[in-house]
Amino acid sequence: MIKLEHVYKSFGKLEVLRDINLHVTQGEVVVIIGPSGSGKSTVLRCMNYLEPVTKGHVIVDGMDLADKNNLNKVRTEVGMVFQRFNLFPHMTVLENITLAPQKVRAQSKGEAEAIALELLEKVGLADKAHAYPPQLSGGQQQRVAIARALAMKPKVMLFDEPTSALDPEMVHEVLDVMKSLAQDGMTMVVVTHEMGFAKEVATRLLFVDEGQILEEGSPKDIFEQPKNERTKSFLSKIL
Amino acid sequence: MSFNWNLVFDSWPLLIEAAGVTVKITALSVGIGFLIGMIISLLSLSRLWIIRMLAKVYVDVLRGTPLLVQIFLIYFILPLLIGHRIDPYFAAVTACGLNSGAYVSEIFRAGIQAIDNGQMEAGRSLGLSWGQTMRYIIMPQAFKQIIPPLGNEFIAMLKDSSLVSVIGFEELTRRGQLIIAKTYGSLEIWLTVAFIYLVMTLSISQLVAYLERKYKTK
Repeated sequence: MIKLEHVYKSFGKLEVLRDINLHVTQGEVVVIIGPSGSGKSTVLRCMNYLEPVTKGHVIVDGMDLADKNNLNKVRTEVGMVFQRFNLFPHMTVLENITLAPQKVRAQSKGEAEAIALELLEKVGLADKAHAYPPQLSGGQQQRVAIARALAMKPKVMLFDEPTSALDPEMVHEVLDVMKSLAQDGMTMVVVTHEMGFAKEVATRLLFVDEGQILEEGSPKDIFEQPKNERTKSFLSKIL
Repeated sequence: MSFNWNLVFDSWPLLIEAAGVTVKITALSVGIGFLIGMIISLLSLSRLWIIRMLAKVYVDVLRGTPLLVQIFLIYFILPLLIGHRIDPYFAAVTACGLNSGAYVSEIFRAGIQAIDNGQMEAGRSLGLSWGQTMRYIIMPQAFKQIIPPLGNEFIAMLKDSSLVSVIGFEELTRRGQLIIAKTYGSLEIWLTVAFIYLVMTLSISQLVAYLERKYKTK
């Protein structure tokens, strides 16, 4: 589904990713953990080319993102949820969700709204369709953001620290939505500090530090018997 | 020094009519400036340095030279290049519009850059093109932010439009000069002209404040 081949990324002189190789297959829930500044978010942002890579290839659904013609097509198939929600504040919840399906997928307004209401139902916010994002709590905004991404019927969902900007009591409502997505068989790549979520939902766990994937495996293996020294020291600090 | 109120009353309809002309060329100029400014601001955000450069040159040249000189260049020099006279109305609106475009483009650029980059990323991640994201997501938010500076630009242009009196275009200031030439009532007429400008600029400030409130609550 998503393939990263020898991916390098630099910001000016700063090399943030060094030779990342990763293959995410359909139905997987890949969770990426690592200290801040390790490059884990950058790995995720390369997957839909919000960060174009400096060297190497990103191939999504057989399409190489280096080819600009593929870019918008791929992005319609890859949903993304951001740490800071990034809802459109001048639009209602319903408009947030229906904009892209209408403009990109050429759905009619009625069609898009019917789907949007279904998705809002799914994330538990059917009553908020006509509210504006600033009127919602952080947890509610993030659930709307998930619904917005799902409205494009993506094949993969990327989550960039989706609960890091939330008050603690709102974290679970977002994680619950993500868990139910995983149960429905959605392919997901999640950057998070929520180790409970990683343990419970991940089919594969990656530990990233200094721009490299230092260790990968099942959550059980990594949490119980980490092999890499840096994985050990990272886990000992957060668990 | 005596103040002749009759002169004020007699000239009032003529001056009000000319004030209408001033409002009209100001609106036209800022309208043209708005379109030019929007285009230039988008060019100034281009990824290609040559296009950014073009936008910068436009803004630098039009902001870096006096509007009065620009009016002269368009009214006196442009005809030499194109080979026939142009009428003062056309020259006035063109000069003011081009000039306003430079200022409005900077207003737009600041407004667009004030929008969090996450908005562009969210739009693009949904598969919207750069243009669609600009149109549906960035611009509508930027518009709200630029209402106050745009109002200031309108007020500045309303006052600066008095400069086109030098090429004989009969707006409020020129009309005042012409009345004084006949009546010698410079005290009464200039005070009246100043009063009319003041009423117009204050009204616009009020309108802008109203629009700002209206869009803020939404």
